Amino acid sequence: MPLISVKNAAFAYDGQVVLSGVSFDVQTGDYLCVVGENGSGKSTLMKGLLRLVNPVRGSVTLNSDLAQDEIGYLPQQNLTQRDFPASVREVVESGIRGRRLFLSRQDRQLAQEKMKLLEIEHLAQRSFMELSGGQRQRVLLARALCATRKLLLLDEPTAGLDPVVARELYKTIEAINHEQGIAIIMVTHDVHTAALFASHILHLQQTPLFYGAPDEYLNTYHGQCFAGGVCDV
Amino acid sequence: MFDWLREMLTYSFIARALLVGLIVSLAAALLGVSLVLKRYSMIGDGLSHVGFGALAVAMALGAAPLAFTIPVVVLAALLLLRLSESSKIKGDAAIGMIATAALALGVMVLSMARGANADISSYLFGSVLVMSREDVILSLLLGGAVLVLFILFYRRIFTVTFDEAFARATGLPAGLYNTLIAVLTAITIVLGMRLMGAMLISSLIIFPALTAMRLCKSFLAVTLTAALVSLVSFFTGMSLSYLLATPAGASVVLVNAAFFLLFSLAARLKNRVRAGS
Repeated sequence: MPLISVKNAAFAYDGQVVLSGVSFDVQTGDYLCVVGENGSGKSTLMKGLLRLVNPVRGSVTLNSDLAQDEIGYLPQQNLTQRDFPASVREVVESGIRGRRLFLSRQDRQLAQEKMKLLEIEHLAQRSFMELSGGQRQRVLLARALCATRKLLLLDEPTAGLDPVVARELYKTIEAINHEQGIAIIMVTHDVHTAALFASHILHLQQTPLFYGAPDEYLNTYHGQCFAGGVCDV
Repeated sequence: MFDWLREMLTYSFIARALLVGLIVSLAAALLGVSLVLKRYSMIGDGLSHVGFGALAVAMALGAAPLAFTIPVVVLAALLLLRLSESSKIKGDAAIGMIATAALALGVMVLSMARGANADISSYLFGSVLVMSREDVILSLLLGGAVLVLFILFYRRIFTVTFDEAFARATGLPAGLYNTLIAVLTAITIVLGMRLMGAMLISSLIIFPALTAMRLCKSFLAVTLTAALVSLVSFFTGMSLSYLLATPAGASVVLVNAAFFLLFSLAARLKNRVRAGS
């Protein structure tokens, strides 16, 4: 049974349908990249997958094993966090879910492991707002990993990062996907990278223009166009 | 050397005011960290104005002041929270509108009921003379509840304050925690309002958090420092007020302001030392 199953889903914003006809499944270990222009419905789909908005038609079904608090999420960068007083450890530990009010020793251990995995252990006591953009994303990724063992949703994780740092982050995400078997759903502008790492690509333009494997995608008209070729959309 | 302190505490009304003030200062500082970081400080200010209006109406009706005012301000808190979360209405303008309307209503009711301006001044700028025994007991109970809830939910309050999108996405009922903070803030403001004055009470929410943020870089450090600064400011302010015969609320606010300047200066020096080394 897939982790997430989307069947002919449509989403509306303020009564206006902004995305329709979306169908796909995400299985354990999949790596799905969602691409498309601004306003194509990517963020709306993300909200739908997080169950923050309900589809007006069709359905989004989570696997019965996958509770809402087992989805890891890396939101788009948020300006208010840039002057928020918080240590790296505090931010990472805030990803830990569960009913307990206070952290147990295992919880702290888990946060420590995730920091090690993302190579930010040495930053644990540092202030989140003093970090570079790339370091900040690693911290937020560690936080997301504290929340899940199965599925990570990433919203434009490399926006605003320089290409070298972005590439490092993509490699880390791929390693998480490969080595931990965590399924990835990533919204991105970067089709080249998507094609390099993803197992599936979904191209949205209010409705899916393409859904399938990356090498197939690059041969399609939309793929060539979006990847920087000449086109007249 | 501390004779004045013993002397000050022999006045039972000052002792009562100190007790209530300290617990209100502590609760306000803790809630203030979250409110300031979420850009919700305006809610605190708006609530104190609504509190003033409600208190005036309670007086005119002869109702018990706290028992009448607390539910009204809690309801106002829920309303203001919705207004500031809504993207359709200009939240800050709406809060300003409600706040000034409530203030005007309060002034109107007070002047019709008593025709005395002296009373209005003590509502607006506070008075140490107003705390009855029942007020002290109720303040200690509610203030204590605010502290306990804050400590129990500290971790979740941090998660929601730092990143509401993440909190919601991972199944934390962020709306519920926002409501909790708004309700606790409403209670804290009403408890402290007659002591500090409707115009000055929101300083207890805003100053300690901003002061602590000058120097502290982790949420826990900010929270603890804000709590300590708030307690010390309140005690110092009240003592100065007793020794120099200055208005209590204003004295506390000015001590808070002095701490803010001190911390800002220290932060500058720290940055300069770091840049120099």
